[in-house]
Amino acid sequence: MPSLPAPPRIGLFKGLGLTLKTMLTPATTAQYPHVKPDLPPRTRGVIALMEENCTVCMLCARECPDWCIYIDSRKETVPAPGGGGRMRTRNTLERFAIDFALCMYCGICVDVCPFDALFWSPEFEYSTYSIRELTHERDQLRRWMDTVPPPPALEVGAETPGEIETGLDKARTQAEEQISAMLAAQRPAGEADADGGAVQTAAADEEPHVEAQVDQAVYDQLTADGVPERAARAKAKAHYVRTERARIKAERAESG
Amino acid sequence: METLFTLDNVWLALLLKVIAVLIIFLTVPLVMGYMEHKVLAHMQARLGPMEALPHGVGQLVADGIKFLQKENVVPAAADKWVFGLAPGVMLIPAIVVLTVVPFGPGAFAENLDAGIFFALAVSSIGTIGLLMAGWASANKFSLMGGLRGAAQLIAYELPMVLAAAAVVLQAETLSLVGIVEAQAGFRLFGTITIPYAVPHFFGLALFFMSAVAELNRPPFDMPIADAELIAGHMTEYTGIRFAFFLLSEYAGMVVFGALATVLFLGGWYPWPGYLLPEGFLGVVVGFGTTIGKIAAFMFLFIWLRATFPRLREDQLQRLSWLILIPLALLNIVIVAIAKVVA
Repeated sequence: MPSLPAPPRIGLFKGLGLTLKTMLTPATTAQYPHVKPDLPPRTRGVIALMEENCTVCMLCARECPDWCIYIDSRKETVPAPGGGGRMRTRNTLERFAIDFALCMYCGICVDVCPFDALFWSPEFEYSTYSIRELTHERDQLRRWMDTVPPPPALEVGAETPGEIETGLDKARTQAEEQISAMLAAQRPAGEADADGGAVQTAAADEEPHVEAQVDQAVYDQLTADGVPERAARAKAKAHYVRTERARIKAERAESG
Repeated sequence: METLFTLDNVWLALLLKVIAVLIIFLTVPLVMGYMEHKVLAHMQARLGPMEALPHGVGQLVADGIKFLQKENVVPAAADKWVFGLAPGVMLIPAIVVLTVVPFGPGAFAENLDAGIFFALAVSSIGTIGLLMAGWASANKFSLMGGLRGAAQLIAYELPMVLAAAAVVLQAETLSLVGIVEAQAGFRLFGTITIPYAVPHFFGLALFFMSAVAELNRPPFDMPIADAELIAGHMTEYTGIRFAFFLLSEYAGMVVFGALATVLFLGGWYPWPGYLLPEGFLGVVVGFGTTIGKIAAFMFLFIWLRATFPRLREDQLQRLSWLILIPLALLNIVIVAIAKVVA
């Protein structure tokens, strides 16, 4: 004899309650064409090209998994920089196009570009009636560049990036030289020494620049304690920089 | 009670009745269809149609125009005549039933002495249309859907008729108008007036479940079962013929909602025994009350659809034959005893 189905239980009414509750809760639907979506700032919408930075190295075209980047270039002969010497050849961009009908938005090209020529832009409204128009040529890609948001700010207390640091160092030394030259020209010869000292004390307050290198003793100690190699190396470097800076500061204080 | 259309000129009265029924038929199901769109959407955390006029109120009109301009495809192997007639056979009973449904005091086309009998009998004709569509489509899925539909009708017509019979027993009349009036005079143990829904609670539940099954609405939509039968008898239909099936489904929901209103909720009386204002105002209030109660039943139909998954075909048959029909018989026996004793 077939068994009777189990009688309906409270679950049926729980289900009804759930649907009723959902109905009374306002839907979170965004009415897209009328209401623009609130996208995160680093949204991957379209790829923009900063063609001034492009060196036609072809890395992006080669790394692209579905071969949607088309690059043409020509060799140009330019005079050697600074005059004199033989003529130099240089690659010049002729065509740069991305076929967004093929692109799968993996972003490998943006990651792989060594010269920061490719960027993600959050723009996404570029659908077309024809698939041909989805191949964005150089000028179009350059126009997307205007929609690229500025890079995210560094964290508070982060180290200044290397290239900026070197630039700053150069500027500081130049400024110091200029100041001392100016002072030397203004003051009589006898006072020049004392003024030079004052400039030096001002410089001593600043963080001295130290080229990082591994402190072998600390590194050995850390690896012996079982710290992984990479971490140990980083910590040893940091230790070296700290002690070296302290030493330089102490020296300056003595001499100043 | 006389209908509002009692005139000296019989033909003019007939014309007015036909126009009134057609207006009801073409508007109320549309309103209910819109309600289904929106309620179902919100129950699924969506918004539903929003573009055709504010909040998508014109969506069903737009859909109708779309259906009209679509091509009418007839499968090569189809039985052309039967295939073409089937949507009409489903649609016409829904219109005919509306002629006996009272929407307000006097707001009905005809007050038949055998009203409830007529309504239930005619509404079952639609299933012949379903069977015709299933057979003539020359499609395995359609045939399965048609056969399931027929089996479902046989299984669920019985508890529905039995539940309605219990009310008839109580009201001592088959006339739908008569049932409303009898309900208005009904007092629970001679104290307060109360709709039949209270003493006939099981009857109402049985009637409503059977109505859901008879209309092939989820969770009893095995004949349509879009996941397994790809819409059953409607698989091969396109364009305006497909729209006819949809329209007959919504008209059927309105009809069964109206029948349940008349049988169990006191018809056009906001509360049974509460006297309506005289004259035209009374008709308007009564009409509004009936539509409101039908809308409540529609909401229930939609609510069940949004909540419960589809049953299996054998579960459906077992539910009817082993549970609902015995309960309906028991219901009749209890009502009969109570009627004699009280």
